[in-house]
Amino acid sequence: MALNFGYNISKPRVIDIDRNNLRKSTEIIRELPELQSCIGCGTCTASCTAGNLTSFNFRKVHTLVRRGEYQGAYDEMNKCMLCGKCRLLCPRGINTRRVVMLIKRKLGDF
Amino acid sequence: MLDRAKWAEYEKAIADDHFYYARSCIRQNFFPGSEKAFLNILSKELGKDIYDDPIHTSCTGIGYHSDIVPLETIMTVVARQFALMGEAGYENFTTSCITSFGIYTEILHTWEEFPETKERTAEYLMKATGRELVVPKNLAHTSDVMYHFRKDIASKMVRPLVNVKTGEPLRVVEHIGCHYAKIFPKSGVGGSEFPYVLAGMIEAWGGEVVDYPERRHCCGFGFRNYLVQANRGYSIANSQKKLESMAPYRPDFIVCNCPGCSMFLDKWQYTIAEMEGTTYGEGGCGIPVLTYEEMAGLVLGYDPWDLGMQMHAVDVEPLLDKMGVEYDPSAKYLGKNGKYIGKPEPAVVNREVEASVYKMKR
Amino acid sequence: MIHRVAVIGGGVAGMQTALRLREQGLEPIIFERDTELGGKVRNWHQLFPTFTEAEAVLLPLRNRIMRENIEVRLRAEVKKFDSMSVTLTSGERVECGAVALCTGFTLFDARVKDEYGYGIYDNVFTSVDIERKFVDGEFKRWQGREPERIAILHCVGSRDEKVCQRHCSKVCCITGVKQAIELKKCFPNADIFNFYMDIRMFGPGYEELYHTAQREYGIHFVRGRISEASPLMDGRVQIKVEDTLTGRPLRMSVDMLILLVGMKGNSENVHFTEGTALRVADNGFMQPKDLFANNVCSQEEGVFYVGTITAPKSIGEVLNEAVVAADRIADYLKK
Repeated sequence: MALNFGYNISKPRVIDIDRNNLRKSTEIIRELPELQSCIGCGTCTASCTAGNLTSFNFRKVHTLVRRGEYQGAYDEMNKCMLCGKCRLLCPRGINTRRVVMLIKRKLGDF
Repeated sequence: MLDRAKWAEYEKAIADDHFYYARSCIRQNFFPGSEKAFLNILSKELGKDIYDDPIHTSCTGIGYHSDIVPLETIMTVVARQFALMGEAGYENFTTSCITSFGIYTEILHTWEEFPETKERTAEYLMKATGRELVVPKNLAHTSDVMYHFRKDIASKMVRPLVNVKTGEPLRVVEHIGCHYAKIFPKSGVGGSEFPYVLAGMIEAWGGEVVDYPERRHCCGFGFRNYLVQANRGYSIANSQKKLESMAPYRPDFIVCNCPGCSMFLDKWQYTIAEMEGTTYGEGGCGIPVLTYEEMAGLVLGYDPWDLGMQMHAVDVEPLLDKMGVEYDPSAKYLGKNGKYIGKPEPAVVNREVEASVYKMKR
Repeated sequence: MIHRVAVIGGGVAGMQTALRLREQGLEPIIFERDTELGGKVRNWHQLFPTFTEAEAVLLPLRNRIMRENIEVRLRAEVKKFDSMSVTLTSGERVECGAVALCTGFTLFDARVKDEYGYGIYDNVFTSVDIERKFVDGEFKRWQGREPERIAILHCVGSRDEKVCQRHCSKVCCITGVKQAIELKKCFPNADIFNFYMDIRMFGPGYEELYHTAQREYGIHFVRGRISEASPLMDGRVQIKVEDTLTGRPLRMSVDMLILLVGMKGNSENVHFTEGTALRVADNGFMQPKDLFANNVCSQEEGVFYVGTITAPKSIGEVLNEAVVAADRIADYLKK
């Protein structure tokens, strides 16, 4: 039996681009190049119906997806109520509802 | 390959002789021969005057970094060490511990920037001990002193840092304690990004310095992080990050200038091997971790057991064999008086037990 | 009244000033310490935001200087000056009625930022190195493996207390965007990352180019400043940064790390103030008389500033400023 030291080795929080598989994120950007033009202003999250009641943060989730961090993205996007307010406000004109649907379609397995 | 000129760009003043020596609190437990070796090398090999004062104390750095000892207290304790130096007739203070070195450096800078703190400390020192505050003319870590004399040591070298079987220089990973130069880069030889203090010794003694991506990363010691058992997970994770990063370079050994770093890089290898079955050195073993005094001792032909190398968690024998060091395996666990001192349990890191159970788990 | 105006520095600022002075019927004389006119723009390949060849700006200026028979002294370093005369290091003294200081800026020495290993690691470059590679056509005949990943770091030697450069160098952001697009054109399969603290797109067409870089070229922009670079075994470079918009540390290895080096005030600026009323601002650039109606004037009558001697500026801004300064000099001499 392994010795019990009373602690475990902490797992790194770092986003390791070398290890992450960027295939899905590349596919998503190829289908929706406008997502790449996000400037992180947070208007989407500020106006988000779900984000005001839950920890859902649309901007953060799609940014993580673009870095190859897919874990939990599908579940997070399920919190979106598809009200469309964020799309109305986005200064870069990103079709945010389509981002939600695309991530859900591509990342159901994660 | 790499232009290492940068490492030599930060020079610091290091005294040539007459040192007042301050020991580390913890080193003698883990690397018991190192401080003795330093004193020997300086006084016997190099003929320098160094005073090992029996009445100096801990600098209380561990307590300070663990939020137990207040700033005023540690300043007063440090002031007493300096006063003792003055009373012993010395002006050059050299300390064995990196954290102490960081604290002495920081306090001297604080006294300079905020003279009122110096005045207050002098007052406390007088009230508590009746002593006068003096400040050293020169403050150096003992690795600075060793670096300063690296060429003199090289001239007396018995065994260079060379693999006797291949004739190739040994590949050495050096790790510098954070408090050596990350607080005051100018206080360290080579600054904080390209420290040269250990690299200079390695190169002068025939070895090759290995640069690897996590070279500057902290070993994870972190005082509060290892003192509390539940927090040790991120202390060990930092060492693991370094070990993972250096392993592909196949270093022959690691050398450190900090008591905590050498202890953790050595003992965490044991722990990681026991927990996960992972090792980072050759032949499924760990990477030996040396203090710079042990490295200098081996270079000067000292007996590894006199240097206290039987106390390492990762066995040093593979390295000794590479260097062609003659040693008596049966004397490994005999104390200075010839009596058996006890032997550690077999460990995965030394391939003394099978790690299959962990492999299955993974 | 002396109609001669000493123009110190023969970059775009000096050339444009001299040309406008000639239009005003004055007699400019350019002192340039280098062997030819053009200053730092000579080392540039294409200019933001329109990808105009740098030569397309320099050539007409140089040709007009020749056509107008403007006196140019090359390899002529000015030792001292006042509003009435200029003394060269050769000892020659030239009398004049006014002086236009067009001595520009100094590029930040990236080696000062130890943590990025410039000059130590093989694949760390500055934005200036990259321009030179474009000029030399090095990327067109790039040998070996195509780069898979390139990192461009903004604010190297700008907005950084640690190197006493608190100011923003202004043009690096757009240079980073421009170079990212140029590199993407050379290496279409590479992922190119810009690491920035703030993106400052202050000029016409800049924001649009930023948008184009993102949308059409798929350039990645990560808000966060690289904390250190380390060499990898194969010569690539590992970088550490925080992806501040996700709040997580990020690590990656790159084939090239490009440092967008900032603009620094010249160290000679301090000498200008010796025995004069001229002033160096806190940021190391010369301090104009004021920042509004007299931003080409100094505290000394007859001494004028043009271009990046007073602050980081784009080439277009410098060219405009030169006209204003020359007109002010003409007004001054007519008095």
